[in-house]
Formats: sequence, structure tokens, C-alpha cells
Amino acid sequence: MNSSALIHALLDGVLTGSVYALMATGLTLIFGVMNIINVAQGILVILGAYLSYSLQVHFGIDPFVGLIITIPTLFVVGVVVERLFMARLKGPERTSMSILVTYAISLIIEGTLNTFYSINDIQINAWYVNRSFLIFGIYLPYIYLFGFILAVALLGALYVMLYRTRFGASVRASLADQVAAALVGINVKRVSTICFGLGIAVTAAGGMVYGATNAFNASTSYDLISRLLTIIVLGGMGSLGGALLAAILMVTLGDVVAVVWSPIWSSPTFFFVLVIVLSLRPQGLFGKQSARVA
Amino acid sequence: MSKAKPTAWGLALVALIIFPLIVTNPTWTSIGVSTLLFMACATSWNMFSGYSGYISLGSGIFYGCGAYTMALISEHAHMAGGEAQFWLVPLAGLVAMLVAIPVGAVALRVRRHTFVVITIALFFVFQLLAINASFTGGAAGISLPLIPWLFNYFNLPFYYVALGIVIFATVLSALVRRSRFGLQMLAIRDDEDRALGLGVRVSAVKLTGFVMSAFTIGMAGAMYAMFFGQIYPQFVFEPNFDITVALMAFLGGFGTLLGPLLGGLVLEVAQQYFTLTFSNGSLYLILLGAMFLLVILFMPQGIVVAVSKWWNERADKRDTALTTGIASDPATDPATAGMNPS
Repeated sequence: MNSSALIHALLDGVLTGSVYALMATGLTLIFGVMNIINVAQGILVILGAYLSYSLQVHFGIDPFVGLIITIPTLFVVGVVVERLFMARLKGPERTSMSILVTYAISLIIEGTLNTFYSINDIQINAWYVNRSFLIFGIYLPYIYLFGFILAVALLGALYVMLYRTRFGASVRASLADQVAAALVGINVKRVSTICFGLGIAVTAAGGMVYGATNAFNASTSYDLISRLLTIIVLGGMGSLGGALLAAILMVTLGDVVAVVWSPIWSSPTFFFVLVIVLSLRPQGLFGKQSARVA
Repeated sequence: MSKAKPTAWGLALVALIIFPLIVTNPTWTSIGVSTLLFMACATSWNMFSGYSGYISLGSGIFYGCGAYTMALISEHAHMAGGEAQFWLVPLAGLVAMLVAIPVGAVALRVRRHTFVVITIALFFVFQLLAINASFTGGAAGISLPLIPWLFNYFNLPFYYVALGIVIFATVLSALVRRSRFGLQMLAIRDDEDRALGLGVRVSAVKLTGFVMSAFTIGMAGAMYAMFFGQIYPQFVFEPNFDITVALMAFLGGFGTLLGPLLGGLVLEVAQQYFTLTFSNGSLYLILLGAMFLLVILFMPQGIVVAVSKWWNERADKRDTALTTGIASDPATDPATAGMNPS
């Protein structure tokens, strides 16, 4: 082990972690507002990556510019899925059912992606993927920096929207207590639909960066979704700040373990940490104490 | 209807017993074996998750552990392939139960929704361990001793042992359902805090149920390893297994006795049929997903509940028509509106 490898791991953890934070924020927002666990988040990230890839290969649109198209597209996908399927889920087993429904949706998307693209790994390519810059004596591809900036900008926009606007106030009210929110005149149904759309829309940006930094195919989504779920559980389900912190913490830890020990143990560490944290603090780092939650 | 029930169960059992004697085509009997194994797994899964409401998506852990127990012991003990290996099946179930104790102790510390996620995470821990640990043979998997049975006879012993496992799982599930312990799990499903307040030792009940359900799933995993003669970590620790078993129970009727059996039968036969018909795996995924969506959206309580509701409504309508001469609307009829079909 040398120190430059360790610095590399730490840097990568913070830069990539912010992208995971963006994807996990969408997931935790959906859970917090709607009590829906969206297992399709992983495959939607991959869908976002494929969309950016196609726009670039077929129309020559730079992936970053292409976000102008892919983010609204996935927002619409989210709204349609919410209206068609999520709004129909009712009753005490709603959250459990939502896992099955979103899993079924992810199977359909996976099958469709496998039909249109081959199952071979691909990666988004651009000048900023191939060229590197020097930082702390380490060469990093520009995409890590650009992805970080993008993720921070989008997370910032999301936070401003949530904490500084009237709509954000109604989202936070719905996060805290749906019934009370409805009683003070908030249209919880509309808030839910938009939140679901927003939670899915962030996967367009997350997927683009993911696709530029990793080789991917449709089945990559399994690893992705298990990491994202781990992150939001660790941060405390429904907690936005928790998701952000847990994402950076976990990705950094995974990278450090990969350098210090072996890349093989990077993913298991992820899950071991989860198990240990939950044994001590079942509600996650920033979760609310879940008393009387059925 | 209650008089017809034992007869129906008996007829179904006879049909399952004579099936491989009538249909001798090995393709069909091997579909029969995997269908029975899935029926057993779904029943056992339902015995914990269906009754307690704690949906586990980590049943693949026990399936995989059962498969590895069978493979590792028969390899290291240099067993000859054949009937003797069947003795390892219950042992594999016990190993799965042993594994379930720490897994359950960790996962059951949290409430329902988080529990689902933790079981997924723990499942991946086990999958990664199986791929990376040295004693499991890594990604190359393990070959089991070759079983020197004739082609036409080969599936039969597996079929009947699998049938035995299904019967065991069903009887166990029925006994649990009628016991005090089963009622305690149902109480947890309905309102855990109230159950706790009424003196149900919820943690102990949940852990016991979780560990019990691992036994049958471990046995099924061992049967799988023996049947195919070769295991790979990514196929015995398979995320689709977790979700398939859960969907079988939901398809048939979550928390009912007959539901998981029916769900397993319908879904596994359909899956095998799709795989045989469409060599294209992507189309298969799309069809499977679409089928799940339809079932969950239009029959959220499963086939058993939907059919019995329809049946009761029809019978009610007929009775009312006979007694009063006026056909009542079943939706407003208090007799059917407040009826709980489970």
C-alpha cells in the first residue's frame, strides 16, 4: 500500500460518492414521500446511461448536452409509472407490493434494453473520459471532476427547491406526515406524482456519469440497486441528508478497502458496515425512530 | 365447501403421485421436479413472511447454503452418486437453519420495510462470499459425483423426494397456522406494537418463524445441487430466486395455505414453458414482468382469495335470490361486504 493509492481512493470516493448520492437521493425522496421502495431505480440508472449513449452515437450529441433531453424524458417516465401503477397501490401491504411492482417494471425494462442493445458491456466515450488532469500527484479522468460538479449542482438545485420554495415546503410536509399535510390543504397526490418524477429524473444524470465511468449492461443494475438500497437504509430511509452522507461514506470506504485489501472485498464491506451500523442503530444514521409504523 | 376440502386435497395429491407414471417424457418430469421444489419453497417462505408480514427477499441465502452443503459434503466424503445422497438433504436443511439464526438476528432488528432491504443486502453478502471464499471452489463452482441412473428412471426418485418435501412443508405450514405460535405471527402482521403490548414475545416469535422457514428452502437447494450435478455460486445464490418465491406466494394468495402451492405450480410451469418456447431470454423477461404487473394490479390478494371471493359472492347471490326472491347487490350486502375470505 502506498499513500498515493490511498489518496486516489479517497478522491474517487468523494467524487463518485456524490454521483451515488444523487441517485440515492431520488430513491429516498420517493420512499419518504410515498412509502414506496423503488427497486427499479438501478435499471433506470442504466436506462439513463443507454439513452445518453444512444444520443451520442446516433446523433452526435455530447452526453452532458444530452441531459437536456434525457432528464425530462425520465421525468415523464416517472410520472407515467406513478400514474399507471403506483397510484393504484393501496392497503396495508402497499410498501411491500411496491417492491414487487417496481421489480416487475425493472424486469420489463431489462428485457427491453437487452433486445435493443446487446448484453455486451459498453461504456460512454468522450474526450473527458480519455483525458486526465493532475491532482495531488494523481491523474484522474476529467469525467470524475465534471460528474462531481454536475452531481453537486443538481443536488444543490434539489435542496434549494426543497428548502426554499413553496413546493418544497409541501414536499417536506408530506415527508413528515401525509395526513397532516393533506389536512392543511396540500395536494399530496400531486406532490407524490411530481416527487416520483423527480426521483426518477435524477437517474438520467446519475446514469450518464455512471456509464462514462463504468462499463455497463442491463444486468449491472443488480449491483447498483443493492448499493443504492444499502445507502438509503444506512442514511435512514427518507432522510435526504442521510443519503448524501451515507453515499460518500460508503463509496469512499469501498474504494479504500479495494486499495488497502483487495477489490474483491470492496462490495462485501459495503454490506458488512450496513449490518454493523444497523445492529447498533436500527433506524440508520439519520432515520426517525419508527414507532408505530406498520 | 368445508366437506369438499379434504377430498380436493386428496385428489390433488393422487394426481401429483401418478403424474410421472403417466407422463414419462423426461422433459416434463424434470419440469415436475423443479415445480415441486418451488412449491415447497414458496410454502415455506409463506409460513414466515406470509403469516408475519415480514417479507424476506433473502431466501436465496438458505437455498444456496443447502446446495453448498450437499455439494461440499458429497465431494469431500467421496460419496458415490446415488440414493445415499438423499440423506444429506435434511442435513442441508439443518445447516440452512443454523445460518438463518445469525441472519435473522441481524435482519429482524428492524421493522418491515427496512427488513426487506436488509435481507437483500445480506443475500449479496452471501453471494459474494460464495464467489470469493476459497472453500467454495469460487466462481468455477463444484461438480457433484455422477449419479449412474438410467435416463428414463433418473427423474423419478427426485420427483418423489421433492413431493415428500412439498407434503412436509404444507403440513408444517398448516400446523403452524393453527397453533398459538401461528396466531402470534398473524398478530404481528396485523399490529406488531399491539401484539407486543398484549404480551407476545415478538422478537422470539419472528426469529423462530424465520429459522423454521429456512429448513425446507435449504432442503430444496440441496435437491437442486444433486439434481443438476454441478453448482455455480451465481446460480445457487440467485437474486431472481428470492423474488420468484415471493411472487409465487403473492400470485397464489399471500398468507394462505393453498396460495403458495398454486402460485408455485402456475408460475414455475409457465416459466419453464416460456424458457422452452422462447430461446430469446429478453422476451421472457418482458413477459414475466408483464405477468407480475397484471397479477399484482388486478389480483392483489392472489388467485385463491380472488376466486373464493367470486365464489362466495356468486353463492350469496343465489342464496339471497332463493330465500327472498330479490337479487341483492353483493357490494352493499353486509354479509359479503364484511366478509374476510381467508
